[in-house]
Amino acid sequence: MGTGDPAGMHMAHLLASSMGGIRAAGDLVARMQLKKMRITEAKRYVADKLHVTPLDLSDPTLMRGLREELDIGTITGVPGVAKGIAAKVRIAELLDIEINSVEQFKKKTGLHN
Amino acid sequence: MKILTRMGDSSNVELTLDELRKDLEEGSEAAAKKAKIPILTENEFDYLVDMFAAPTRIWGVQRGNEVVMTKDGCVNALNSSRMSSGVVAPVNREVGVRLFESMLGFDSMEVAHNDYSVKPQRFLKALEQLHMELLQETTIFPLFYGFMPNLGLYYRPDGSFENPSDLLPLGKITEARRTQEEALEACQKDCILMSDCMLEMGADGIDYDTVASTGDAEFLAVLRTTEHVAGETGLPVEIGMSSEMVLGFHGQLEYDGVRLAGLWPHQQLELCEKAGAAIFGPVVNTNTRKTTPWNLARALTFVKACTEIAKIPIHPNVGMGVGGVPMFETPAVDAVTRCSAAMIEIGKADGL
Repeated sequence: MGTGDPAGMHMAHLLASSMGGIRAAGDLVARMQLKKMRITEAKRYVADKLHVTPLDLSDPTLMRGLREELDIGTITGVPGVAKGIAAKVRIAELLDIEINSVEQFKKKTGLHN
Repeated sequence: MKILTRMGDSSNVELTLDELRKDLEEGSEAAAKKAKIPILTENEFDYLVDMFAAPTRIWGVQRGNEVVMTKDGCVNALNSSRMSSGVVAPVNREVGVRLFESMLGFDSMEVAHNDYSVKPQRFLKALEQLHMELLQETTIFPLFYGFMPNLGLYYRPDGSFENPSDLLPLGKITEARRTQEEALEACQKDCILMSDCMLEMGADGIDYDTVASTGDAEFLAVLRTTEHVAGETGLPVEIGMSSEMVLGFHGQLEYDGVRLAGLWPHQQLELCEKAGAAIFGPVVNTNTRKTTPWNLARALTFVKACTEIAKIPIHPNVGMGVGGVPMFETPAVDAVTRCSAAMIEIGKADGL
């Protein structure tokens, strides 16, 4: 994306074409793009891991409940649901990927295998 | 029937259906002629005509076609000045990044300093590392560390190297080339320093933004840096460009046997892939004297030429003044949402 005031630029793109980050599963698909997967492949990979369809990944209604059930972080504040690094530990397991911050956290806490 | 749309400077303009289609075709042809790539198809022009002719204020992609967002400029739009279209919100970087995750639902975000150029950021290395480290503990979405290589800051009066812009008018071509070669080495060293130090902070990737803003020497510095970072640290790299063509301030620099001056987006992509980039961000600048349909069709033609051959995700830049978006600091949502959706439905972008 790029420059522009938040209402005109960021909110406009969000409404027009974004997956919605942790409102849905945009953060998970973004992680697979970091592995050089293009959008269709990345969505398919995440959908398979979550046992949903690629269409479901952008659905905040379905994903709100599923994220809480999987304990991978929710956009609204729910006491007891994994947050921050704890959520990423679970995301790494769920997607079967290494997440750098999780690896660094394991090293610091002595939890690394 | 008159269609209300915008010029490249965001002012209103009315077009007939024939004028609209003509602008779309001419915009696409302008890109095709320059880069020797195909123009858009009739079906694609039909989609764009329908989109611009629709009287609705906003437009969007078909459900299921949503893509992921990557962001340059960190939270400058929140807490910086109008130079970054900032609204001077009283929030610091940590709060801003978390707002982008929770309030705006962004798919990923970037940590960067307000200045955003690598040269000043390197003096704040420890602070930059700390903010990445702390934010990694409290956020869920992927966090890049980002900066502009901004080779221009390495030349006098800002830097220590002779300025090629002073040398070229004097006919000192050899000296102008030599100073660029020396400066790009210093820039590359800083880019590597600020990238490598983010590995142990838990960064999910590195974002090089506004690449080649000072031409082929800067592009070479970034390609070499990417080769190092992707190869040695394994950190994913996103390369976002600054314009549709790499300017040849040097003119003779090559990467992997390819001359960098004059490369168009689909050619830039191929070199970024070779260097090891994970995401490529093509940029097509907006002509303020042309209409938004003309600018968008031109941008889509360049982007489509990338997405048709890409092996990595393509995230075209659709900020102010690029990707068909008008050049104005408070962009109009009627224009932005149309450019946003068309980049995906027609440009086949993997993200924005």
